[in-house]
Amino acid sequence: MQLKLETRAEPSRLMGWLAPLFAAVLTLIAGFILFSALGRNPVQAFYTFFVYPIRDLNGVAELLLKASPLMLIAVGLACGYRANVWNIGAEGQLTLGAIFAGGVALYFYNSESPLVLPLMIVAGAIGGMLWAAIPAFLRTRFNTSEILTSLMLVYVAVLLLSYLVHGPWRDPQGFNFPQSRQFTESALYPMLISGTRLNASFLLSIAAIAVGYLFLNRSFLGFQMRVAGQADAAARYAGFDARRMVWLGLLIGGATAGLAGVGEVAGPIGQLLPSVSPGYGFAAIIVAFVGRLHPVGILLASLLMSLLYLGGEAAQMGLNLPSAITGLFQGMLLFFLLGSDVFINYQLKLVRASAPAAVAPLGATS
Amino acid sequence: MNTQRITRWAFALAVGTALGSLAAGPAAAQAPLKVGFVYVSPIGDAGWTFQHDQGRKEMEKALAGKVETKYVENVPEGPDAERVIREFAANGYKLVFTTSFGYMNPTIKVAQQFPNTVFLHATGYKTAKNVGIYNARFYEGRYLCGVMAGKMTKSNVAGYVAAFPIPEVLQGINAFTLGMRSVNPKAEVRVIWTNSWYDPGREREAANTLISQGADVLTHHTDSTAVVQAAEEKGKYAFGYHSDMSKYGPKAELSATTHQWGAFYTKVTQEVLAGTWKGTNVWGGIKDGMIKLAPINAAVPKDVVELVASKEKDIGAGKLHPFTGPLKDNAGKERLAAGQTMGDDKLAVMDFYVEGVQGTLPKQ
Repeated sequence: MQLKLETRAEPSRLMGWLAPLFAAVLTLIAGFILFSALGRNPVQAFYTFFVYPIRDLNGVAELLLKASPLMLIAVGLACGYRANVWNIGAEGQLTLGAIFAGGVALYFYNSESPLVLPLMIVAGAIGGMLWAAIPAFLRTRFNTSEILTSLMLVYVAVLLLSYLVHGPWRDPQGFNFPQSRQFTESALYPMLISGTRLNASFLLSIAAIAVGYLFLNRSFLGFQMRVAGQADAAARYAGFDARRMVWLGLLIGGATAGLAGVGEVAGPIGQLLPSVSPGYGFAAIIVAFVGRLHPVGILLASLLMSLLYLGGEAAQMGLNLPSAITGLFQGMLLFFLLGSDVFINYQLKLVRASAPAAVAPLGATS
Repeated sequence: MNTQRITRWAFALAVGTALGSLAAGPAAAQAPLKVGFVYVSPIGDAGWTFQHDQGRKEMEKALAGKVETKYVENVPEGPDAERVIREFAANGYKLVFTTSFGYMNPTIKVAQQFPNTVFLHATGYKTAKNVGIYNARFYEGRYLCGVMAGKMTKSNVAGYVAAFPIPEVLQGINAFTLGMRSVNPKAEVRVIWTNSWYDPGREREAANTLISQGADVLTHHTDSTAVVQAAEEKGKYAFGYHSDMSKYGPKAELSATTHQWGAFYTKVTQEVLAGTWKGTNVWGGIKDGMIKLAPINAAVPKDVVELVASKEKDIGAGKLHPFTGPLKDNAGKERLAAGQTMGDDKLAVMDFYVEGVQGTLPKQ
């Protein structure tokens, strides 16, 4: 006898929506066991991890501040992913957005014009799009895998930023340390809630969620992209231009990642540093999938991911747990989600090892 | 109902509460000082953060009962750091050590919001009323390792794996080179930049490349033990950095420049406890016990060990400064006239290679 995974004729749509919820509940249960095994009171541990970080206005502001780039990038990536365009290089596009915006801020260093920030936002989006245009061109012209090219360009982008802050854009008063001057008021997003660090870039992220929803679910172009992703042949038969889908998917993702880069350098960082993102471009890929490539799901997933980061810090301070706890919870969440997906798309069957077993002796499953 | 019993209960309760509050009174006055540490990488078992954590433990042991320490590790430089530092201050931590250069601006920002908390920032240059800075003269240890390297090399080529060309790293490369050439004028140093403080794969690759270019002594200014391990595998010599890494290269590691923060952390914390803290601006070296050489490998001959010991003594006594003129950069330009020693202001902005280092640096 052996276990076999069989493809389901029709995966349940309801279950598709409930899976993230299952994954969250399973993560909580596993977390409960984990905390108990570590000798911590699980109730107190859960409080410290999930409630304490957002106990006051400042905590909520920090949660939204951290979730903001994640949702912004993820919603852009989702547009491409729906059309089977796999942009893995959002981190690099974010970096280019930061470089372009930072270049504007440094060029107009002494300007008090209210146009500096809008110019930075436009420049950042263009920077991200230009970086995403490279894999789009390579894919449409030479059929190069955009997964590889977009990922490799991340390292190029980070080195480019590193060159700039070590060299031409280094702060002349900075004792030769690799960082630019600190931006002036006119090159920074205004604060949304005084006393916290939540700034106006968050509004841009929320707007992106709304626009993303309209584009993906209500526009013809969004429909074309979905069809291209789900049924390539049908899309071609209907006369949808596959190249256009690739360009669109990558450029939208590049633009949102670039905007997220602006949000960081014109927000809580306020200058250019050798590294402007703790991996938001990669974390956003997880957010996009946990959010089921749907803008509302992405909004919720980005808040959850953000809470996991803050909770990990609180768990270190309050419970003496190592920093690996954050990664552990993120990993569990993704593991349970992918696990649920397996059971949505396949069913587990017991197969008697009789005659056919002789033909396929090594338990070859699907 | 028995009223007498109730009165007795009430009395007992009242007494108990009174006693309890009495007991709580003095205890509250002596509540331990909460001290927070922010680390840029996981603690692990060797490296920059590991040494800071050793210092934290030493301090906690020395001031047992008077302090309570907590740390948050693996905090990226940038916005996340500001949140963690702020969180410490908001939770009643009266002393916070921020142990990476990139925490400088976040530390200053949070310090403005919490004027009653003392912040100590490592390796930066901005201070405030409640922000002190501290750093160690790593280059003193580097010089001594260089002397050993100059005596032990057969190929006269040393390999140096380094992260970023900032002054602190250049001081190390240059001091190592000067130490090496003080005993071996033919020696040269080759540098490979990894552009990352912690990337074991790239560090190992860089080490192997340097070995294939003829280097038979290696050292590194990165956070992992990969370079020492690579030297061990290839049968070359190496000098550890941050921590004693001899368990990763028992044959390869000749010695290491180790960082010792414990005594300093204890001293600052005592000052804050006593309310006498008035600001810190420390750049300590061998003299202050902040830099120590790891035990020297038995492969190093006795006369070399003695030479290093005497130079170590001279540096500690202020008789020997690694950066003493005449000093030329590797383009031939004189940087220091004969007999002069380099001031701290010049050291702090170092942006050149000394003669003997191969290659050029990115220009501004």
